[in-house]
Amino acid sequence: MSTLTLSRSGWQSAGGLIPASWTRAIGLVCVGLVVPLGAVLLWSLSATYEWLPTQILPPLGDVGRAMAEMWQNGDLVAHTSISLQRVLFGFTLGALAGLSLGIAMGLSPTFEDYVKPLFSAVVQVPAIGWIPLLMLWLGIDEALKIVIIAKGAFVPMAWNTYSGIRNVPAAYIEVAKAFRFNRRQLLRKVILPAAVPPIFTGIRYGLTHAWGALVAVELLASSEGLGYLLVWGRQMFWLDVVLVAMILIGAIGFVMDTILAALERRLQRWRFEP
Amino acid sequence: MTLSLSGRRAARGAVLPVLLLVLWETASRAQWVDTKLLPPIEAVLDVFIHELTENGLLGHLVASLSRNLTGFAIGSALGAAFGALLGLSRAADYLLGPSFHGFKQIARLAWIPLLSIWFGFAESAKVVFIALSAFVPVALNTYEGVRRVPQPLIEVGRALQFSTAQFVFKVFLPSALPSILVGLQLALIYSWLGTVAAEYFMAVGPGIGGLIVSGRDRFEMELVMLGVVLLGSVGFVLSLIASRASHYLLRWQRP
Repeated sequence: MSTLTLSRSGWQSAGGLIPASWTRAIGLVCVGLVVPLGAVLLWSLSATYEWLPTQILPPLGDVGRAMAEMWQNGDLVAHTSISLQRVLFGFTLGALAGLSLGIAMGLSPTFEDYVKPLFSAVVQVPAIGWIPLLMLWLGIDEALKIVIIAKGAFVPMAWNTYSGIRNVPAAYIEVAKAFRFNRRQLLRKVILPAAVPPIFTGIRYGLTHAWGALVAVELLASSEGLGYLLVWGRQMFWLDVVLVAMILIGAIGFVMDTILAALERRLQRWRFEP
Repeated sequence: MTLSLSGRRAARGAVLPVLLLVLWETASRAQWVDTKLLPPIEAVLDVFIHELTENGLLGHLVASLSRNLTGFAIGSALGAAFGALLGLSRAADYLLGPSFHGFKQIARLAWIPLLSIWFGFAESAKVVFIALSAFVPVALNTYEGVRRVPQPLIEVGRALQFSTAQFVFKVFLPSALPSILVGLQLALIYSWLGTVAAEYFMAVGPGIGGLIVSGRDRFEMELVMLGVVLLGSVGFVLSLIASRASHYLLRWQRP
């Protein structure tokens, strides 16, 4: 076994600087970059030879210039921070409400009987459906945005918390009963720890949904933020601005999801290796 | 007389919705709130009947649904092919996987302005967006399903010298089917949301989304409420059909 690993990573560890797993990772990253780089190459070739009109595909340099310009005059930071603030505020409200509802429905069957049918019906109408209705009720101010974003986070949070508590293995509860745990001990030592990983999954989905809801509400009713940047660029036919906004929306979504996914993996590890 | 357990649960579940409806009706009747903001329930029903008989509500519904199904069919076929390619070929996975995972991070609605520049407000822009909404979940779940085919099954196939077609239809497809169906169910819901979203932003031509937008622009709350209820009901029916269909297709799995 040891000779095998030695021979497989022989030439790599000969330098002794980079572990074999790193070279493999670097290789994979390089292979993964082939397609995006090829696309960029094709894009710039197409711009140079004008295969497509610039209204359809602006030169890559234009997108870079637009980004640099918006960075310098502060537009980029202003729009991004407005969007982030909205998401954080709406997400916090929605996640807390979802957590409370999920815990209440998970712990009390009576409460579940009363509330769950209404909850399931409300869930059927997605954020995109609530926007026009709430626009008439709340106007197009901050309140609308916060409510829509909060609703986006609320649903996955409530659902995952509820099913997390409901799906605590019966064996755990039996053990707790054998130890004659009282209600509080049962809650603190058995149910809540077992429900933490699914609740965290709810947080992760909640944040993704909140981000998607932000884009939706800013596209439909906003005068600032990344979604507005998209609409504005669209109206002016400034495709470079549209692309800058799309790249930012994707990048921020990616960073948030990656961080939460890493945290989630840690939590899962804790769960399976006590 | 005592109610059975399920009867009591159903009765409890009905309490809040009924209370809300009663509150809505009295608030509207007693003019606690502006009826422009909260029209009475029968006004919404009136609009429903009026739209149905005189303004071609069914036409809007059919337009939305056919657009939805076209986009769904295109997007999920492409998604299944792409997911299978990535699942079956290591090289394709390494080459295309990272780009795909980056691409799917962009919130779906953010594509609408770009697509509307590329394709205009025509039908094609909407269908492309709906297809895009369906593509991602099907591709992801097909990929996962194909990757999780148990190794022993593949080895048995090799031992029996299966042809490629036999591998596909006897090994990969049956093992990956549950996961693919999950992807298709998600895709059906996402593509319906995508349909409504596309109709909001590109409100040209018939469709439920356009109906809601025109109701909002004219401040006709009844029409908006009707549209929202329709949107929710269609979503509900679609997901019901999808879960029934998947239950039926997977019947061989159950003992």
